[in-house]
Amino acid sequence: MGKTIAEKILSRKSGQDAYAHDLVVASVDFVMGQDGTAPLAIRVFEEMGGERVFDPARAAFVIDHSAPSPLEGVSALHHLMREFARKQGMILYDVGEGVCHQLLPEKGHVGPGSLVIGADSHTCTYGALNAFATGVGSTDLAAALVSGKMWFRVPETIKFICHGRLPPGVYAKDLILYLIGQVTADGATYMAAEYTGEAIQALSVEARFTIANMAIEMGAKAGLMEADEKVRVWVREHGKEDFEEAKADPDAVYARVLEYDVSRLEPQVARPHRVDNVAPVSEVAGTPIQQAVLGTCTNGRLEDLRIAARILKGRKVHPGVRLIVAPASRRVFLEAMEEGVMQDLVRAGAAVVTPGCGPCVGTHNGIPADGENVISTANRNFKGRMANNKAFIYLASPATVAASALAGEIADPREFLSKEVSGCGTAG
Amino acid sequence: MELRGRAHRFGDDINTDYIISGKYKFKTLDMKELARHVMEDLDPDFARKVQPGDFVVAGRNFGCGSSREQAPLALLHAGVGAVLASSFARIFYRNAINTGLPVVECDTSRIDGGDELIVDLEKGVIKNLTKQEEIPIKPLPPFMLKVLADGGLVPHFRKYGTFNLD
Repeated sequence: MGKTIAEKILSRKSGQDAYAHDLVVASVDFVMGQDGTAPLAIRVFEEMGGERVFDPARAAFVIDHSAPSPLEGVSALHHLMREFARKQGMILYDVGEGVCHQLLPEKGHVGPGSLVIGADSHTCTYGALNAFATGVGSTDLAAALVSGKMWFRVPETIKFICHGRLPPGVYAKDLILYLIGQVTADGATYMAAEYTGEAIQALSVEARFTIANMAIEMGAKAGLMEADEKVRVWVREHGKEDFEEAKADPDAVYARVLEYDVSRLEPQVARPHRVDNVAPVSEVAGTPIQQAVLGTCTNGRLEDLRIAARILKGRKVHPGVRLIVAPASRRVFLEAMEEGVMQDLVRAGAAVVTPGCGPCVGTHNGIPADGENVISTANRNFKGRMANNKAFIYLASPATVAASALAGEIADPREFLSKEVSGCGTAG
Repeated sequence: MELRGRAHRFGDDINTDYIISGKYKFKTLDMKELARHVMEDLDPDFARKVQPGDFVVAGRNFGCGSSREQAPLALLHAGVGAVLASSFARIFYRNAINTGLPVVECDTSRIDGGDELIVDLEKGVIKNLTKQEEIPIKPLPPFMLKVLADGGLVPHFRKYGTFNLD
């Protein structure tokens, strides 16, 4: 019987002929924790009687969620992580390096066919590289640090076939928001999502990360894509040489197969307070905003900053709007500076914060006031997400966020894209 | 494992930030401190009202959102005996079992706040004493039941040294 990508990877890593619903114990290729989850994992590691991390070269802690520390209590937890990592000889990415989901692929820790667990729900991001990557909690992280293993219930797979090409001004973020709106926030619970079709193939690897990142917002365990030449080149450029791709068999069994023609898709916006509360931008245009956020593990990559800069260059952010930019990593920050993208953003009025999770998670760096509206490139708009349950978060693409920051209200980015730049839509 | 308590009713899509806000969970590992703020955005009095063994009862997709297991731990430390929902988000579900918080998938539509319940995990049934009704529970896979019976993944690991699927 044919296998899906998820079944292939979990079979290989468990040494069992595994299919959906089977329970397996599999060896993991890489393990990650961040500052919201690692401190508790360190405690659990000790409670489990752990002494040595199974392989310090395949385990990393990333200080990105609350970095630099805004509070004494947070500083103590960061200190605990640094001490543990130093003692164990494991990898530590400290304040300013960037967001965990940018760093793991960027530093060559993940490639096609990898099995990765990360104590962060958006670990599914690496599925864009054909890795089975999934978010877990601190206790699972601790067990994996001790044993290098993890138990999995092999997921069923829901397959999304996206036909056509995204029109100009419409990006990967619009596509994934649209798909989540279609299947709802729990439409893929306990499942893996496989994305395929011409629209996906046309996207850059960076844009594919945006789609895989949000698989969890439809409840999925992993968001998977097949590797192609773009992926092979990308991972080699980022230092990953050894990998074994996992391709779905033609006779693989899927729980559902959903097909969409995306060639007429409009820019999409997720309205408060649910990620699946999605509407075309035309339905929400004109909603006043006070804060715009560009960055996060969903859309903080160089390509995203470029898309925003194309719209913001030579213009000024609306006087009633704070535009906060958090590059996804130090490397992204440097590259954006080198090519002048950062200058364009700052001249337009952006406040740039440390590479990392920035305001997305609500620990610091841009907590909205009561009653304020925020438009963000992040992946969640839950009530209270940015630490104020009386604020309203809208989610959109970097282009829509940039256009809205200029307009002072939610705006259609296509109105701001000149004819010569509108061709960038397929790349985004 | 037979649990007895009173139901506290919540709706659909209760995310991990509603269970315990991100603004608390980043700065401390003190679960008693976190437990004082559990569910406060939805019901500011919840932590004060909940009695040891009481049940959180909800609709679809309970626990969606972040991977932080401060969410099940805050519920456990507040005294919650189990969470009953018509469906769960998968990371929360896993974290709950790993930390020893029973999670019960069942039809919750007829359970109201204040109902007295007995939850029998082995027999797979809930007795609603207030309404004189029985509700079947979707059975847990044996491995998860075993981890739960051990009290979570830490005692399970201490007992077996690894994952025991047999």
